[in-house]
Amino acid sequence: MSDIRAVADDVRRIAFAVEGSLPRFDPGSHTNVRVEIGGQAANRTYTVVPSAPSEIAVAVKLHPQSRGGSRYMWGLEPGQPVRLTVPENRFELSFRTDHYLLLAGGIGITPIYGMAKALTARNCSLRVVYAARTRGLMAFTDELTELLGDRLVLRDNSVGEHIDLAAEFANLPPDAECYLCGPIGMLEAAKAAWAAAGRSTSRLRYEVFGDSGLFAEEAFTVDVLNRDISVSVRPDQTLLEALTSAGVQMIFDCQRGECGLCAVKVVETSATIDHRDVFLSAEEKSHGDRLCACVSRLAGGRALIDVGYRPD
Amino acid sequence: MENPNYPLNVWYAAAWDVEVKRSLLPRTICNKPVVLYRKQDGTPVALADACWHRLLPLSMGELHGDNVICGYHGLEFDDTGRCVYMPSQDTINPSACVKSYPIVERHRFIWVWMGDPALADPALVPDLHWNKDPEWASDGKYIHAKCDYRLVVDNLMDLTHETYVHGSSIGNRAVAEAPFECTHTDKTATVTRWMLDIDAPPFWRGQLGKPGNVDRWQIINFEAPSTIAIDVGVAPTGTGAPQGDRSQGVNGMVLNTMTPETDKTCHYFWAFARNYKIDEQARTHNLREGVYAIFGEDEIILEAQQKAIDANPDHVIYNLNIDAGSMWARRLIDRMIAEETAMRSAAE
Repeated sequence: MSDIRAVADDVRRIAFAVEGSLPRFDPGSHTNVRVEIGGQAANRTYTVVPSAPSEIAVAVKLHPQSRGGSRYMWGLEPGQPVRLTVPENRFELSFRTDHYLLLAGGIGITPIYGMAKALTARNCSLRVVYAARTRGLMAFTDELTELLGDRLVLRDNSVGEHIDLAAEFANLPPDAECYLCGPIGMLEAAKAAWAAAGRSTSRLRYEVFGDSGLFAEEAFTVDVLNRDISVSVRPDQTLLEALTSAGVQMIFDCQRGECGLCAVKVVETSATIDHRDVFLSAEEKSHGDRLCACVSRLAGGRALIDVGYRPD
Repeated sequence: MENPNYPLNVWYAAAWDVEVKRSLLPRTICNKPVVLYRKQDGTPVALADACWHRLLPLSMGELHGDNVICGYHGLEFDDTGRCVYMPSQDTINPSACVKSYPIVERHRFIWVWMGDPALADPALVPDLHWNKDPEWASDGKYIHAKCDYRLVVDNLMDLTHETYVHGSSIGNRAVAEAPFECTHTDKTATVTRWMLDIDAPPFWRGQLGKPGNVDRWQIINFEAPSTIAIDVGVAPTGTGAPQGDRSQGVNGMVLNTMTPETDKTCHYFWAFARNYKIDEQARTHNLREGVYAIFGEDEIILEAQQKAIDANPDHVIYNLNIDAGSMWARRLIDRMIAEETAMRSAAE
């Protein structure tokens, strides 16, 4: 670790000097960092942000419900050795159009910052709209202002400013692309507005971190159908983690709410489901009978779920 | 990892225009499998030839409008490589993409950019305009050459070999005996050879259609990393060709561009363009087939040379005076590779 500094009230930029040469990586790339939580090694994924050559930098938000990953990252000391993977990209810019709208919510600015830099270098027509609950929670605003000037628009929710999605989309040429990174509520609203504007779904690209919902994390309990098991899920734990720790066999893959492999059936519940995945469609979510265990949860309360286990 | 023997941030010819159709054409470029096709409006597309899901080559699937459907589970990708259909679910995993490569159709070739897409500027496509110029008649073919593309560069940068490899058509003693001049810029190398007052070799005697001695020229223009346009021709001696008046002679351009397929094989695209009797389609046809036969002689040499190099991995290659052109070409190629390696290690 070579440098750590605050870039917003709850975000620190952390840079790593890399041994040996680095392959080229694109904006939107991420790195997996080996963190230590309670003496145990775990991997946490962070988007890389623009940095000096031969350096990898990430921006880490301290989560109030941190399972220990962001707390560990914030506690790193300069000179401390850290293992991280060569950046990879699953949120790639296309370069297929000349018109880009980038939307960021909160810590979702991390990939958007790098993309804005790449697109500016390419002289594309570009607009960046960045919203957060307060002005102090916005990261990299100095860098972005210098880079973008009046092509950057900040929306501070605390003074009643919000992104007018319909107006933003209406102003775009037909071949424009929109890249969004932010909380799930912002994504769902953008998807709906994008569809309402009659735009091609493949031109709205997004990444969500699967860590934001419509409700705060609360403890809840699930009973597993056909198994004599009740599993309590702590606020700092996912349902998937709680189920597997309790010995329930689960199939899962992405752990980001994308692939749908860990989706369980909700047989009955009195509680509200806090959908945080992008696998289920809005309509499927409205039925309230399935949830993706890796990221989605209950807003408290209890449910009977079916993980597909059938006794002989 | 060992550095590749080719740069990536350049346009490489992937196919002749006529090869890319409303069907899926697989082609490996710079060790990466690529699938090429045309959209309904005719514009070409290059996608990574591996489904995001289980890596089955997409070229084994089918074209559906402007999209490709994987032949295994029906995942559908649009022309930018984004997945637009997944079986048995209402949404699409946002990570589901195959790489799409920048692509340009120019000078009758389909060019792809395998490196950093942000750097893919169509203005950087190598100049082979003679291949599609109303003042010139041109046609050519494709050769799958079983050698490092740089061996083809070596071959074309020194035409002394014509005397020995192509003795029955374009070669004669004069080529091996005439002096030459080699010049270079930061991105190009040029070898110029004039053979004055010589007996025309059989091929050129036929093209000129006049008796008597000729002045013959070969001006080899290399553009890094692998495009070579050779200005060739003959004019009756004394009519002023060395001074710049070629009006009494015949002039051709041998157009060549090589694309690494693997480290030891390449796609070799060539054409022969001429600016005389350009409305004679039969001549265009016969020239193409004639040059194809001549290049077949090179193919045998190059494949054998690659095998010999493989059998002698530690052998130090000796160079001759005649190798100045190819050594400059290789210097410029090495420089491009080194710059890319430095750029990668300084990437932000």
